[in-house]
Amino acid sequence: MITGTPKPIDEILEMVAPYDNIIVAGCHGCVTVCRVGGQKEVEVLSSTLRLARESSGNKIAIKELSLERQCDPEYVESMRPLIDDHQAVLSIACGAGIQFLAEKFTKTPVLPGINTGFLGVTERQGEWAERCQGCGDCVLHLTGGICPVTRCAKQLFHGPCGGSTAGNCEVDKNVLCGWQLIIDRLKALDQMENYVKLKPYKGWDSSRDGGPRRIIREDMI
Amino acid sequence: MKSGSNLEKVLEAGHFSVTAECGPPRGADADHVRKKAAFVKGNVDACNVTDNQTSVVRMSSLAGCMLVKESGVEPLIQMVVRDRNRIALQSDLLGASALGVRNLLCLSGDHQKFGDDPQAKNVFDIDSMQLIHLAKTMRDDGVFPSGDKLEGAPKFYIGCAVNPFADPFEIRVPRLKLKIEAGADFVQTQCIYNMDTFKKYMEGAKKEGLHEKVKILAGVTPLKSAGMAKFMNKFVAGIDIPDDVIKRVADEPKEKQAAKGIEICIEQIGELKEMEGISGVHVMAIEWEEKLNEIIGGAGLLPRPVVE
Repeated sequence: MITGTPKPIDEILEMVAPYDNIIVAGCHGCVTVCRVGGQKEVEVLSSTLRLARESSGNKIAIKELSLERQCDPEYVESMRPLIDDHQAVLSIACGAGIQFLAEKFTKTPVLPGINTGFLGVTERQGEWAERCQGCGDCVLHLTGGICPVTRCAKQLFHGPCGGSTAGNCEVDKNVLCGWQLIIDRLKALDQMENYVKLKPYKGWDSSRDGGPRRIIREDMI
Repeated sequence: MKSGSNLEKVLEAGHFSVTAECGPPRGADADHVRKKAAFVKGNVDACNVTDNQTSVVRMSSLAGCMLVKESGVEPLIQMVVRDRNRIALQSDLLGASALGVRNLLCLSGDHQKFGDDPQAKNVFDIDSMQLIHLAKTMRDDGVFPSGDKLEGAPKFYIGCAVNPFADPFEIRVPRLKLKIEAGADFVQTQCIYNMDTFKKYMEGAKKEGLHEKVKILAGVTPLKSAGMAKFMNKFVAGIDIPDDVIKRVADEPKEKQAAKGIEICIEQIGELKEMEGISGVHVMAIEWEEKLNEIIGGAGLLPRPVVE
């Protein structure tokens, strides 16, 4: 899923300071699962904003809503009738959702209520960790199902570097060394032959370095 | 000769080689490099010039190499893949070769987290293994990795670093083998303090015949004090200083600890000289270049051979 963290409330209050009538928009997708941008968070954030503004003698009216997904046009269009009656939208979806609203509602400021994080997994309740950078050229079949681009701080294709100590990365002793994980897994799979091969230079053109990416599925259009 | 560098000539002639390193200054003071080069001169076959080591911003490695070269010392350019993409790496390799730098050390580079710009974006477009391959492709095939022909191939004696003390140990020899396959001519190791682990590593390397395919220069760093030893052991990833080594320094009164550090370093070089498969030493006297003559001379490695 796409993860995120709430923006500090002071930053949000500063963002919405010019407005007294806004929409707070959540999303039922990834941000609901990682508990940062779903209906519940819309309610909590809206209440917090109302209270803060009220206590500063500058009330704000908030319309609370949550879309099934902020990244799909049909759901985004469902909120169009509300747009003209509000000065701004505070979205707590991921960056894609926030931008999609901004793109569709060209005359209304759309403000980010969360900081979008990464493509990750729930390791345990309340803890998420990154697993994929969406580089567009997956090598997981060669690396025991563990991604060197994401899990190695240096994105090495022939790791680990000299900073791997007791299974941990030199950047933080709480971060596991991605290459230690890869080697352990290759050994378990009896695939160490994959380790001792010189790998070609990675083509980053399939990653964001090639510019904003697009997928076109002719069979679906 | 692959590069015609002095280091290559000395090693190929079968001499036990000596390299050292100069860290460029945290500023544009050329005299800083010249002063260090003066301490190095006559004591080594080539001198590494570090490339923003520990991600702390310093004068560029190439500029440092030129100042070292002007001082009459053969430079060895360190190049990290942390700060340059493949375009900049190729360009800097061409520039370094054009300016007469003939030795190259291909490195990943310490993560930027450890430097003074921890918020910097890192590059790591290719890794150090692939940089070795890139340099070899340009040198031996006369082409860019893209396949286009070079107008003059760069000439480098290509080196890599290995850290026999990082984890997992079992992968260290296979990784050296990979670096050799990628095109490494010589190796400089991380600072060795744990001789037992290093011997074990060398046994593994010899079993694969790697010492016959690559020149291995064993890295040593004299300890200035017990405090430095404890700090490095605890905080520098991939450094392993056994307790008995720390104790030998710590048992001395403060003012004699540096001399003990040098004595231990000389002893180590003596041991490494006798070790099968070791072709030289890389003496990293960090911000202590003035002691190089004492260490290298003390180890009986002076004068340096002249090979035509």
